[in-house]
Amino acid sequence: MTVASTSVATTAAPAPAGAAGPPATRKPSLILFALPALLFFLVFAIVPLLGVIVLSFTKWNGIGAIVFNGLATWQDTLTRPTTWNALWLTVRIVILSWLAQTPLSILLGVFVAGHQRYRQVLAVIFFLPLLLSSAAIAITYKTLLDPNFGLAAGLNIPLLAQNWLGDEVLVWFVLIFIISWQFIPFHTLIYQGGVRQIPKALYEAAEIDGAGRLKQFFYITLPQLKYTIITSSTLMAVGSLTYFDIIFVLTTGGPGTSTRILPLDMYLTGFRGSEMGVASAIAVMLVVIGLSLAMAVQRLGGKGSRGSQMDGM
Amino acid sequence: MSATSRRSFLALSAAAVGGVALSACGTAGPGTGTGASAGAGASGAASGGAAAGTASMWALSGQPNEGIVKNSVDAFNAKGGPKVQVDFFQNDAYKQKIRTAIGAGQAPTLIYGWGGGGLRTYAAANQVEDLTSWVNATPAIKDRYINTVWNAATVNGKIFALAGNGTQPIILWYNKAVFDAHGAQPPTTWADLMKLVTLFNSKGVAPFSLGGQSRWTSMMWLQYLLDRIGGPTVFQSILEEKKDAWSDPAVLEMAKKVVELVQAKAFISNFASVAADGNADQALLWTGKAAMMLHGGWTYGSMKANGGDFVSSGKLGWTTFPTIAGGKGDIKGLVGNPANYWSISSKATAAEKEAAKAYLKDGLLAKDEAAAFVKSGTIPVVKGVEAQIDQSADKPYLSWVYARLNEASSFTQSWDQALQPTPAEELLKNIEQLFLLKITPEQFVTNMNATIGK
Repeated sequence: MTVASTSVATTAAPAPAGAAGPPATRKPSLILFALPALLFFLVFAIVPLLGVIVLSFTKWNGIGAIVFNGLATWQDTLTRPTTWNALWLTVRIVILSWLAQTPLSILLGVFVAGHQRYRQVLAVIFFLPLLLSSAAIAITYKTLLDPNFGLAAGLNIPLLAQNWLGDEVLVWFVLIFIISWQFIPFHTLIYQGGVRQIPKALYEAAEIDGAGRLKQFFYITLPQLKYTIITSSTLMAVGSLTYFDIIFVLTTGGPGTSTRILPLDMYLTGFRGSEMGVASAIAVMLVVIGLSLAMAVQRLGGKGSRGSQMDGM
Repeated sequence: MSATSRRSFLALSAAAVGGVALSACGTAGPGTGTGASAGAGASGAASGGAAAGTASMWALSGQPNEGIVKNSVDAFNAKGGPKVQVDFFQNDAYKQKIRTAIGAGQAPTLIYGWGGGGLRTYAAANQVEDLTSWVNATPAIKDRYINTVWNAATVNGKIFALAGNGTQPIILWYNKAVFDAHGAQPPTTWADLMKLVTLFNSKGVAPFSLGGQSRWTSMMWLQYLLDRIGGPTVFQSILEEKKDAWSDPAVLEMAKKVVELVQAKAFISNFASVAADGNADQALLWTGKAAMMLHGGWTYGSMKANGGDFVSSGKLGWTTFPTIAGGKGDIKGLVGNPANYWSISSKATAAEKEAAKAYLKDGLLAKDEAAAFVKSGTIPVVKGVEAQIDQSADKPYLSWVYARLNEASSFTQSWDQALQPTPAEELLKNIEQLFLLKITPEQFVTNMNATIGK
């Protein structure tokens, strides 16, 4: 690691005089390289985070005076049924979107990892939704799903004229579908890379031993993808935890509070309801949950990550 | 570095990525964060950084108002003397942006708003100028307005804003072609209305269009129901934050009427999926999928623009909201938006304030602007537009609205704008659940009482 980063550091720094600096200056220069990123992180992440923590102990409407409120704001936040509802919905969206995305992404990833020409063409097509902005996707789907003038009327298929966004059960199918539609391409890409890293020799050996396609998938591909799955799952979990834009445009948390997940609850409480103190308390909850989740998923990798996947190769 | 420290380094950086993503969200929440105020500051500087004697102004985009306001500002600037520089923002984005900008001390000189609860918040935080003495000393301003505009601009007896644009009562619209096809007459009483619900349902036409996903659309029903059942005083005491003001029996009756309507299938079956922002609710009326619609006066213009010959061929009908037997309300009572409002930021420089006052006195609602509003199908908030209404192509509608405004026994401001933002948001949340039958009328009353004084 040290060797790698030092060599990167020296190549990345085109010494103007042509001479690499004396070894003694190498260490401070490493810190200098990290400085911009650290500063950026400090100003745009740590400082606002501290501000949010302070605000979560106040009562403030965003315009008037900030009044310190002690624990009352937290008490208010934690006794609201909407907060717990939002928390439960957030858990639900993390789990459901993981369940919907992971198997499909792995299968698609394995499929497009092949080098056949048609698979590569399909890979490009699968990639398309990733290029669209979330707001555009949400507005498009909202128009398509309009029960009176949307897809149902356009194609003349009455079956499609459902109460898509107005029914509390149906709306979840719609949400998970759209989220998956948008993000499966990204995770497919990760898995494609992962699958291509698996040494051919493993499959060749399996074939000699008489393992079929299915067995090869379950005994070679899946175990070899362990770390890819962990990476992809971390991104998915943290991503759906902070999910905001599509739901905001599509339902604004409705019908009722059926899709008012925690980030949305935070935004609506803060900016529509002008309760910045409560919104900050919700934000702090989100930070804590997000960090613990990211660490927990990393832990899933467990001690094995010390060892190599290529043991015995 | 050993393997262990590499692992913890990776874990840490993954956690950090999560942290950045989250705290980016967190910044968006509380608004004062560095990011938010920097954003507001940049645009504040763009519009507010002009030379002294120039007032900055933020207004809403979207025709026809955007064009009318721009012409009015251009005409004022062409006169020489103080100048106004105007920037336009989309409606929903503006509502959040302006609060952040004011909170961060980056507000434009001229602040556009809706009066009522939002204005009270600004006034309480000393963010807007008290215009009382200036208005009283300037009869040219005092006398030009119709009377219904002042209530929403006044906080504790002091005037903090001047009205602009047009006045927009909520109107009961109906499709004359659909009514004629089924031999129906527009309702004048609640009993008529419920009979029409049964009639249209039996004919396979939705009785009422409703963009239920937008919530404030459903709110218009509550406003008229409460006005007809209990009269305008019930909401007045809610506005004055009297304890348990929502416990007035008229409120419970109002909520029960909503349940009655929903159970009788008065609204289009999938109203919870219909959003008003794409005007899909208006399209239901002009395509004949729904027979009636309770909506703002501004929909006249958009139905005229989008509905083909629906308006020009006279298929659009309009009437007052019916009376309810035993109710204290009066058929002449109106609800809706009395006007939009302009306030002057108290953080502006003296020169900017002077320029803003000059515009409000001589530029705002000058003759051409008032005429342009009439032409767009809106009654401007000034007196003396009868001649222009007479010449207008939309005379049947405009003269009808004008007469209703002049004979109005009361004009209750839209609740979500009249209330402070926090109870207003709670109200919209509870209205949506009431329409979805997720809460009972009794729970609605309890939930709303809890918001008083919050």
